[in-house]
Formats: sequence, structure tokens, C-alpha cells
Amino acid sequence: MNWLPQSASTFAPGVDLILWLVTIISVLSCVLIGFLLVYFCVKYKRKSDNDQTPAITHDSFLETLWTVIPTILCIVIFLYGYIYYDEYTTTPKNAVEINVTAKQWIWSFDYSNGKKTLNELYVPVNQPIRLVMQSDDVLHSFFVPAFRVKQDVMGNRYTYINFTATKEGVYDLYCTEYCGTAHSDMLGKVHVLSKAKFASWEDGSADKALKASAANIPPAELGKQLYSSKGCVACHSIDGADGVGPTWKGLFGKKRLFVDGSSAAADENYIKESILYPGEKMVEGYGPVMPSYKGLLDDSEITAIIEYIKTLK
Amino acid sequence: MSEVNEKNYLENGEGFASWFFTVDHKRIGVMYLWAIAVFFIIAAIASFLVRFEHLTPGQTIVSADTYNVLFTLHGSMMVFLFIVPGVAASFGNFLIPLMIGAKDVIFPKLNLYSFWIYLAGAAIFMIALAGPADTGWTFYTPYSIETGANVILITLGIFVLGFSSILTGINFIVTMHKLRAPGMTWDRLPLFCWAAYATSLLQVLATPVVGITLLLLIGERYFGLGFFDPARGGDPVMFQHFFWFYSHPAVYIMILPAMGIISEIMPVFSRKPIFGYKAIAYASLAIALISFLVWGHHMFVSGQSKLVNIIFSVITYAVAVPTAIKVFNWLWTMHKGSIELSTAMLYSLAFIFLFTIGGLTGLFLGALAADVHLHDTYFVVAHMHYVMIGGTVFGFFAALHFWYPKMWGRMFDEFKAKIAFVLIFIGFNVVFFPQFIMGTLGMPRRYFNYAPEFQSLHQISTYGTWIIGAGFILMLWVLMRPLPGKAPGNPYRSVSLEWSMDSPPGTFNFDEIPTITEPVYNYGTKVEEES
Amino acid sequence: MGFFDVTSKIIKSIAYPSEMVPSIDDHADDGEHHFDPVTEHESAKLGMWLFLATELLLFGGLFAAYAIYRAKYPEMFMDGSKSLDVVLGTVNTVILIFSSLTVAVAVKAIQENRIKLVKLMLWITIICAAIFAVNKYFEYTYKFSKGIFPGTDIFYSIYFASTGVHMLHVFIGMIVLGILLRKVYKGKYSKENFTAIEIGGLYWHLVDLIWIYLFPLLYLVG
Repeated sequence: MNWLPQSASTFAPGVDLILWLVTIISVLSCVLIGFLLVYFCVKYKRKSDNDQTPAITHDSFLETLWTVIPTILCIVIFLYGYIYYDEYTTTPKNAVEINVTAKQWIWSFDYSNGKKTLNELYVPVNQPIRLVMQSDDVLHSFFVPAFRVKQDVMGNRYTYINFTATKEGVYDLYCTEYCGTAHSDMLGKVHVLSKAKFASWEDGSADKALKASAANIPPAELGKQLYSSKGCVACHSIDGADGVGPTWKGLFGKKRLFVDGSSAAADENYIKESILYPGEKMVEGYGPVMPSYKGLLDDSEITAIIEYIKTLK
Repeated sequence: MSEVNEKNYLENGEGFASWFFTVDHKRIGVMYLWAIAVFFIIAAIASFLVRFEHLTPGQTIVSADTYNVLFTLHGSMMVFLFIVPGVAASFGNFLIPLMIGAKDVIFPKLNLYSFWIYLAGAAIFMIALAGPADTGWTFYTPYSIETGANVILITLGIFVLGFSSILTGINFIVTMHKLRAPGMTWDRLPLFCWAAYATSLLQVLATPVVGITLLLLIGERYFGLGFFDPARGGDPVMFQHFFWFYSHPAVYIMILPAMGIISEIMPVFSRKPIFGYKAIAYASLAIALISFLVWGHHMFVSGQSKLVNIIFSVITYAVAVPTAIKVFNWLWTMHKGSIELSTAMLYSLAFIFLFTIGGLTGLFLGALAADVHLHDTYFVVAHMHYVMIGGTVFGFFAALHFWYPKMWGRMFDEFKAKIAFVLIFIGFNVVFFPQFIMGTLGMPRRYFNYAPEFQSLHQISTYGTWIIGAGFILMLWVLMRPLPGKAPGNPYRSVSLEWSMDSPPGTFNFDEIPTITEPVYNYGTKVEEES
Repeated sequence: MGFFDVTSKIIKSIAYPSEMVPSIDDHADDGEHHFDPVTEHESAKLGMWLFLATELLLFGGLFAAYAIYRAKYPEMFMDGSKSLDVVLGTVNTVILIFSSLTVAVAVKAIQENRIKLVKLMLWITIICAAIFAVNKYFEYTYKFSKGIFPGTDIFYSIYFASTGVHMLHVFIGMIVLGILLRKVYKGKYSKENFTAIEIGGLYWHLVDLIWIYLFPLLYLVG
């Protein structure tokens, strides 16, 4: 059975080598110790209450052996761990920086050309990347198993990850430092694109293509996809359960009571305003947690989401 | 028994007050045993609920917030109310004076106060459950500063529990210095006592640091002190340094007494002296001392510097070697012995095997590059449970069975106890081995929801909890229903001092303090020493 | 036993620990676990030294926090330190050092059965502690009146946390010394039985020692 994720970065093979090495050492050690345990129990099983046993308390050869061999093994494992770690923490000269901001419970990425994405990180293949990360609130941790990279993200200073993706594809991104209610929903995807595809994503032409193909999907269906990919799922349920944010089930047309005492029905305009300016009309009982999606969702995507919400009765 | 010890310690005085105000170390040990057993059961139930929730990727039986409370409750109750006081407070209290040939510990009243303080800390902890913490047992800031839960109360409870730990540690250290029977030189001290001594050093020196850490956390929440809060100029990583400076030695507080138990049981059921007595004794001390220098290996990806990471990694491997030596010494005690597979022996053998797995998986985590991948995944969860359950709990169960006749004056049904052992052994591995694989695949810890591809591994792990749960229930049933008749003084023909009087012992342990002339594990025929 | 009996037993056992009679066999030696006096004396001292080690580690955490944050915010610490009342701090330091002297004299005095001197020295020690507390009260309230509280900035947080935890230990010390004094009045101690006063004195010396480090680090940085 598969016990390791895909290997999709320059760091991954080194990590996997260590995992294999220590696994083999461990398996051999366990087999040895397990065998001896069982063997001794069988061979020296008590025959009578008066069995004679030799009072052996020392054996210089054996004691030296089982001190020296574990020491050597530990040194070897340490060295492998150190060498690959050293590479991992050395930033290559031509690394491209991407800024990462973690906040309960969304990842946002700012690229050097001014582009911004939520929960979706886009990188070109075989290009050294340096993530410059910070948190807006509590501790988070950026983890991509396929790359084998991880680093805690905090509020009072920047932390960094170097990686170079080696295989095109889409890989899971997890938050892996417990950060509250929706810690396990603070998910993302890393899109590793060929140089060409990345270039077209970067300059916006890919977006146009995406929108063209999205135009062929019914809006409610597109809205459903955006619900997951843009991070709405972290805070808004669709089954009526209360969460960090109000549930979307039965939301459309429902009367909303706001913190300032006023109220209004949740129509198309209200939903669009809440997506772009979430602080404007906050519903009573919820905190000012939602980030603004201005610049991150265009009008057709907002419409798609509204259509999706309408389907959730 | 003589006039001095007319009644055994269980019968000498009846009623609540005779127990609650006792200064008899054996009664205090028994009360600790009951208390930690209760909290073990509560915390275990929390873990069964956690695992039940994981039968499906989304919500199964509880909400995300409840789930976060459950794993916090499980961790903090297990750590602070069961396993840290655990073996030391229960079996340590009961056995140490018996093993060194003393009437009691050196500070009997302080011993009682330690127990009362434990109860007070536990009470505060339980009251805090009214608004239960959802921070994880590690209380990392800033989340623990801003969450609405009763963090102040629960940390106050843990602070009070720390005093119990410290006072017990002081008591044991001074007892072993001052009350060893005539002729009991340090190289004739039973290895359980060596283990308790090393543990006590850790309790005394490490616990104050978590004390001040929690006090400052309370100050953060109440006064807004700002040490650990980035918004106020503080550093959350500093909290981690303070916290782990205690919590790493704490894990050795958890395991050393259990190792001491194994060192006692192996000779008895192999009818051979322990192999490498001095090596085990010194290894225990070495482990205790080195354990103060490795706390940073919990923080390799926290943002601390590369150099610091390298130093901690090196020292972490240094602490692995004495542990390996101990495992081989226990194993070699069996060589050319006369093995009896009593229930206590089965738990001890399982300890050796499972603790080895737990320790070996620590080697994965100590390697810097590998830890980057494995930190905060289920791999760490599996590693810690292999050492804490496969290690400490199995050692604790071994002790429950081994000293059962001595403590209660009765024998138990070995056959049924062995069935319980098999269930617990199998169940434990079914729960936790799949978690290693989940971890290498990247499944993060403390996750309420999870990706569907992990479901089958999660389900297997949950099924395991039902097997181990059945084993626990059977074990409890067996231990609560002893066989009729009084136990002999020394049913296992141990040469250790605690077996040299009636079972159960009289209140003052010995009619006459013995004088020690033999080595401590005096089994077998003397061999010519190889030069 | 009835509820009242149990309650009064609890209160007595906390207030007068050494008089508590455990419910054990009457055949035992006078109802208490006595070990020989030399062992008890040495053990009590070893136990107290171990306890003092724990106190050092407790304050060690605070000192570590001080060091890290002073390195991080040197100017904040200089400004904060200047704002503290050096005169009052010096007076408090002298008072505590003097009280260490008086408690040391008390320990010597009991070893020579000079009960009146013991009482006088213990009284002075306790009064010194009380004056220390009063001075700190004035310092704190003055800061509060200026709008400076724990949490105002990191320096003041360190100041209030360290002096606060230290003050807690001063109070505990006063209680301990007070109990010892009371027992001296009851004639419990003599040159054959003075261990409690010696280890109480040791505790007080630690309280003084901690302050001797706190004072320059907090008050004399500017």
C-alpha cells in the first residue's frame, strides 16, 4: 500500500530517502528484538520451579556492540537529516518570492506582479520559489505533503519556505498548526504549471480561457465549485449547521438581523455586498472575520455563487 | 505478624477519615491509584469519542468545536491527571519504602499534603470543564490567549497539580538518600528506585518552569501582559520554548518509572539477575539529565534558527543511545533464564517490543529533514502513543498485575487476565499502527474533517479502539474480582525486599528493619566473571 | 466521624500540621512516624534545598523572559527602568538584606536556646517584610495612578510579573515566619529542635536573594 505521497519537489527525494533508511533500520531492529523475545521465551521456557540459571550480569563484547552500533546508526541518520535540511533552508539565487498570508481560516497569496489568489497557489514547474509568510492572527502552518515542506506561520515576524516543484499537477495544501474551529477546513491547492501555462496564468490570459470554459457550466454548478475552491466552505455550511459564518441553506430571501439593529432580506444585492464588503452589514451573532473578495471574484463568479445559494433551500 | 504490625495496612483503621488523613505511604499510594484510574477512564472515553468521530470524513457525531474540546480534554487529562503523577505517585509511593527497607517515606505528612494538592488541582481542572478548553493540551499562543474557553481555570488547575508533583519528587529523593536500610549501598538499590530517583529529579527541576509558563499565560489572558502575543510585541515561539522546556523532561517523567517496573519484573520471571544493573541505573540518570537539553526538537518548524535546530537534533540522538542500551539489557536478562509467562511478564515483554517501536519512530522525528514532513501529522500522534501506551501504560498494567498480591492480599485469574492482555495488545496496534501511515501520507493532527482518501485508515484505527476497549473492560473486571483466599507473602518467589513480608504488608512494613548483604537481584548461580 | 469532627480535623491539620495524629495503630511509637533527630534534621535541610531549587527555576523563567525582551527592546527597558523609583527600590533592598540578617541571627539564637532573641529577631524580620510590602503597595498604586498597568508595555509587564510573583513569595514567607514565631511562643523549639526555624530561614534568604537580582535588573538599567 502507498505510504508516501507523490514526490513533486526537489526536497522530496531526500526526505523519502531518510524515511526509507530509518524504516529499514526500524524494521530490522524490530524483527531482531521481536525474534529474540519469542525465541528466548520458547528456548528458555521454565521446566521446573528449581531450574538452574547462571547469574550472568555482564558481557563486555555485547554491551559494547549494542552501544556502538546504535550510536553509529544515530550519527548516520542525523547526518542525512542535517544535509537535506541544509539544502532545504538554503535559498537558491534565482528564487521567485511569493507572499503568503495566513488568517483564520484562509490562505492568501500575493504574487510579485500584483496578482492575488485565495487558497490556490500557482507556481511554475522547476522554478525555485521562496514563500515569505506571515499570519494575521494565530499560529498556522503551511504544509504541502507532496513537496514535503512545512513551516509555521506567525504574526510577529516572517517565516520562509524554499521549494522547487518538479512535476506538473495539483497538490494538497494543509494548515497544520491547530488554529481553532475550522482548522481542518483551512485547505488549499498548489497548482504546478508548465512555464507556458504559468505565463498565461500570470498575465491573465488563462483566466479568460477559464472563464470561457466556465461560461459553459451552469452558474449554480460553477457556484458550487467556487464554494469549495475559494474557501467559503471553511466558514459557511450548506446543511444548516451553524459555523463561523451563517449557513447558506435557506439563506436566499431570508430576513437578516444586523448588529446595528436594522434588518433586510438576503437578496442578490445583499449577497454581493457581503462578498465584496463583508463588514458593511454584519449579521447579529457573528464576528468580523470574513475577508473581502474584492479583486478575487469577478461579477460572473459572484453571480454563480448567488445562483448556487438559491439552490440551497 | 508481630505486635507492631498486627493488622495489615488495609485493615488498620476503617472509614473515610482513616484513609483521607492517613500518613501511611501505602494508603496514599492506593488513593493515588484510584484517582488516576478514574481520570484514565474519563480521558480514554474522550479518546473513544474522538476516534468514533473519525469513522467518516465529515461530521459523524460531534461538531468541530466539540471535537476540539474532546482532544484537548483527552490530552490534558491524560498528561496532567494520569500519566505524569501516574506510576510515580501510585506505585512509587507504595513501593519505595518497602523496597529500601524503610517504615515510610521521610516526610509522611508532606506525602499526604501532596495527595490533597493533587485532588485540589484535579478539582479546579474539572470545574474548568464548564467552559472547556479547545486549545490542545499544549496551549499554544496566541490562540490560547484569545479563545473564549476557561483557559485560566484549567491552567490554574495544572499549576496546582505541579506542586503535588514537586513535593512528591522532593519526598522520594530525600527518602532514598536518608532511609535506605543498613547495607543498602547505592549499587544495591532496586532499579525501580533508581528510576523513581531520576523521575523525581525531573519533577523537581522541570515542573517549576511549566508553573511560571502557565502563570504567565494566565497573566496574558487576565492582564494582557503581552509576552506571548504578537499583537502586543510578544513572541509566541517563546511560549513554546518555555512550555517544552518542561514538557520534554515530562515525557521522561512518564516513561522512566515504567522502565523501572520492567527492570523489576524481568528478573523475577526469568529467575536471573538483571543484565547490566549499573548500565541501567546510569542510563536512567543520563536520560534524565540529557532530557533537559532536547526540548527544541518539538519546534523544528516553529521558526527557530537553523543552528539551534541542528544542536537540538544532535542532542536528541544522544538521548536515544542510553534508551537502546536499556532495551538490550532487559532482553538479555532472559538469555539462559527460566522464563515464566505470567500476565505481568507478558505486559513487560510487550512493553519491550512496543516501546522499541515507539523509540525507533522517534529517530524519524529527530532527523531534521524528515521532521519537516512529519511534524504535526498523525506520525507524531502514533509515535507518542506507542511510547506512552505501549510503554508507560503497559508498564503500569504490568505493575498492577505483578504487585497485585502484595497490595491487596489476593490473587487474580491469570487466564482471563491474559485474554485481556491479548485484546489490549492487538487493539492497541490496530489503533495506532495505521496512524504512522496516515502521517507519512500527510494527514495532519487535530483535524476534525479529513480528505476522503484517509477514510479507510481512520476506520481501521477506530475499530481498534473497540478491541482495546473490550480488553480494558475485561482487565478491570478481572482485577476487581480476585480469586477467593489469601495470597501468599511471596507468590512469585522474588528476592526483592517488598516481597519479604506478608501480603498485604502491615502498616509499618517491617517488624525489624533488615540489613542488606546481598546484591539486589540475587537469582541464579554465580558464574565466574569474564575478565 | 461526624461532619463537624471531620471539618475541625481538616482545619486543625492545616493550621497545626505537626500536631495532626494520623489514624494508625496505637502500638506505634507515640503515634507519629519519628525517625531519629539527626536524620530528620539532615533530611529537612536536603528537602528545603531541593525546594529552593524549584523556586530558582520558577524565577529563572521570569529572568529568561527579561533577558530576551531586554535584548529585543533595549530602549523600552531603559525608559521603563528610569520611570521606577530608585530610592524606594534601594530602601526595599536594604530592608530585605537587613531582614536576612535578622533571620540568620534568629537561627543562631535558637541553636543557643536564646528564646527572647529568637522572638525579637523573627518579629523584626516579619516587620521588615511588611514594610517591604507597604513600599511596593505605594509603588504600584503610584504607577496605576499614572495609567501604567501590567500589559501597558512589555517592560511594565515584566516589572509587574516579576515583582508580583516575588511579592507573593514575600507574603508566603511572612506566613511561614509567623507560624514559626507562634510556635516559638508555645515553646516548641530549642537547641535540640530547631530544624524548622533553620529551613524557614533558608526560604527567607532565597526571597531576599531573588530580590537582590531583580532590583538592579529592573531599577538600575537606565
